[in-house]
Amino acid sequence: MAETTNKPTKANESEYVIEMLNITKEFPGIKANDNITLQLKKGEIHALLGENGAGKSTLMSVLFGLYQPEAGCIKKNGEVVKINDPNDANMLNIGMVHQHFKLVECFSVLDNIILGVEPNTAGFLKKKDARKKVLDLSERYGLHVDPDAIVEDISVGMQQRTEILKMLYRDNEILIFDEPTAVLTPQEIDELMRIMRGFANEGKSILFITHKLAEIMAVADRCTVLRKGKYIGTVNIADTTPQELSRMMVGRNVNFKVDKQDMEPGEVVLEVNGITVPSKLHKGNSVQDVSFNVRRGEIVTLAGIEGNGQTQFVYALTGLDKPTAGSIKLCGKDITKMAIRDRSKMGMSHIPEDRHKHGLVLDYSLEQNMVLQKYWDPQFQSMGFIKFDAVREYSERLIEQYDVRSGQGPITMARSMSGGNQQKAIVAREIDKDPELLVAVQPTRGLDVGAIEYIHKQIVAQRDAGKAVLLVSLELDEVMNLSDRILVMYEGEIVGEFDPKVTTTEELGLYMAGAKRQER
Amino acid sequence: MNILADIISATVLFAIPLLLVALGGMFSERSGIINIALDGIMIIGALLGCHTLKWLDPAVTAGNLGSQVAVMIAILVAGVAGIALSLLLAFSAINLRADQTIGGTALNMFAPAFSIVLTWAILGQGQTTMTLPTWVRIVQNNFGKEASGTFGDMLVFKSLYATHFLCIILFAAAVILLYKTKFGLRLRACGEHPQAADSVGINVYKMRYAGVMISGFLGGIGGMSFVFAVGGFQSEVAGYGFLALAVMIFGNWKPWSILGAAFFFSFFRVIGNYASSIPFMPKLSNVEGVTTYLWPSIPYVVTVILLILTSKRSRAPKAEGIPYDKGQR
Repeated sequence: MAETTNKPTKANESEYVIEMLNITKEFPGIKANDNITLQLKKGEIHALLGENGAGKSTLMSVLFGLYQPEAGCIKKNGEVVKINDPNDANMLNIGMVHQHFKLVECFSVLDNIILGVEPNTAGFLKKKDARKKVLDLSERYGLHVDPDAIVEDISVGMQQRTEILKMLYRDNEILIFDEPTAVLTPQEIDELMRIMRGFANEGKSILFITHKLAEIMAVADRCTVLRKGKYIGTVNIADTTPQELSRMMVGRNVNFKVDKQDMEPGEVVLEVNGITVPSKLHKGNSVQDVSFNVRRGEIVTLAGIEGNGQTQFVYALTGLDKPTAGSIKLCGKDITKMAIRDRSKMGMSHIPEDRHKHGLVLDYSLEQNMVLQKYWDPQFQSMGFIKFDAVREYSERLIEQYDVRSGQGPITMARSMSGGNQQKAIVAREIDKDPELLVAVQPTRGLDVGAIEYIHKQIVAQRDAGKAVLLVSLELDEVMNLSDRILVMYEGEIVGEFDPKVTTTEELGLYMAGAKRQER
Repeated sequence: MNILADIISATVLFAIPLLLVALGGMFSERSGIINIALDGIMIIGALLGCHTLKWLDPAVTAGNLGSQVAVMIAILVAGVAGIALSLLLAFSAINLRADQTIGGTALNMFAPAFSIVLTWAILGQGQTTMTLPTWVRIVQNNFGKEASGTFGDMLVFKSLYATHFLCIILFAAAVILLYKTKFGLRLRACGEHPQAADSVGINVYKMRYAGVMISGFLGGIGGMSFVFAVGGFQSEVAGYGFLALAVMIFGNWKPWSILGAAFFFSFFRVIGNYASSIPFMPKLSNVEGVTTYLWPSIPYVVTVILLILTSKRSRAPKAEGIPYDKGQR
């Protein structure tokens, strides 16, 4: 149904617009792609599924000529092509919306779209025709953008539409979307799916890179699965189930539901009252009059789209930044102006959003990182001298208990560890402090399914042990699965409170996008 | 009235090197390379420009070569010399991915030393001062007129050089190049988000080379125009390269603001120099060193104060100073 018939089909024309056959790409010590085959039909939406580190990005870099494969070839319409750089890919009408947008923030939308293929006479820009073409395209596909808006002022959704228009402006026929839904609300995701289907119906071919099964089931025709650099298989979505796909992706059955018993929350541990934090970027406040509390034995989640003040709020809560108004009480004691270490000693544990910046000292060993919150304790020092034996012993116990895997055990450099194990090390350190309050900010960002499962279990275990947990997450699945209460943050304010048992992701999405708000 | 004409013409005269060099810095930084070597580039440009003038002097005095043609040749030599020095910075910053501040500082240390060595080699041991031939200045005679001594005459011909006209042309060209051409759009993209530029097929390395070379060209010419302004060359440009950097930052990396900033700083320099002859300035003649040290320091003090006050709203190109590595993304 997706085939267009306005071009006569040549007898020898291939069924596939792009084929990547038996691609092998090695980096020192690792085979990032091992004999991978990916075939994209004209007019289909083809999902590329795999965990972090499965080789999806490497494969796409090969397609764009950023890497040259050791073995294998790329075919366009059945003919072997050589792709040496992104320009070659562009000549073959291949375009991509990158996960991290490639937009110049201080340029207008129009300038970003024409960059690289500027219409000009003798080097002088001719923007008039370009503007008309952009407006036509945005009209035709329902991609609403303002060509004169500056990119840094527009929403993430509009930035993504700008990226899509960049591909359309270049008349790309093969459109690659790299994790396009990570930054969108559920409503924006629906909209994107609709747009993608529209492209497919026009005969454009779409490659959709993701690790979200629901989206694949909703929109894709076929799906190719990669695992640890290897090709696992290609399946028709109509003949498969999410369980089947997740088994292909992870290699075993995965429990997506978090086991969690009902619990009656106890006394209040954290009491936040009217916290306001000024913005570093603009004149207003990035956090505006935020009040809530967290009790023993409950997981309260701050949900919201990235950049709505969650980060700044956590900074104020943990002492990395100062609020200009409001107060924070931990176990009944005012900690608003307390130093970070004192907060920590009071029983606040913090799994930070950016584990490289605030979580670990990357060039310290694992054992040194594990005592970062405790090295001053008489257990680990006397008269300022570190007791190395005690540190070693302690870290070995944590490594054992929390299953932190690394090349050389306690003396491994934190930098050389995988993201999942770095995160486990932080979780081990913060939980072993036996906190009253655990603040976990995007604790599973960028981790594979196994590590996510593990960290979720640890967080629930803390709650079951009667601790108060404040979770900050952008992933709606995580929010729905873990929370006992959900607070939605929009533009620095809490706009709604929800019970995960009675709310839906769609409803949360409306609040996250600022379309609705509760009076609190 | 004559003093007003003096002040205005001197302000323009000293604004020219600042403007040209700051525009040069702007092109380099907009492409993503911090060009702290502007001072060195000015010195090299001025050095070779002066030697060219000296070399052409006999031909001009003998009447075989038009004086302004000789000046244009010298200016061109200065620009090319500036490009040559800037290429060293480009190579270290772009190909070797060296720290741009250190690379630039090295060139700043090299330039005056080289200048002294070359000048001694040509003029003889200990001879560092190069004076300008008198025919360099554009006077009423060039237009077949007599000096009339009126206000307008004083204003225009007090100190008029070929760089005045060239500067207007170069400024207009810079504005058009930066904002109205394909090249300018790509150059700005490379200084803000080189990965984005690369992803749409722009060669970031080439654009950065181009940015640095333009800064070398303008920096060299700026050096020559500095020599015109002070009337001679002693292997230094009184820190004008750094002052131009301040002008560029104060001008927020935008040509029109840089134009304003250049005139602003130049005005303070002139005020400093003329302070003792301006009636309303406090005389302080009983305090030793006021005229020799205090007044001339005005433009530099103002620079420091203004940069402190305005640094908050200044917005540098985002990717400047960060070596671009194609493999890293």
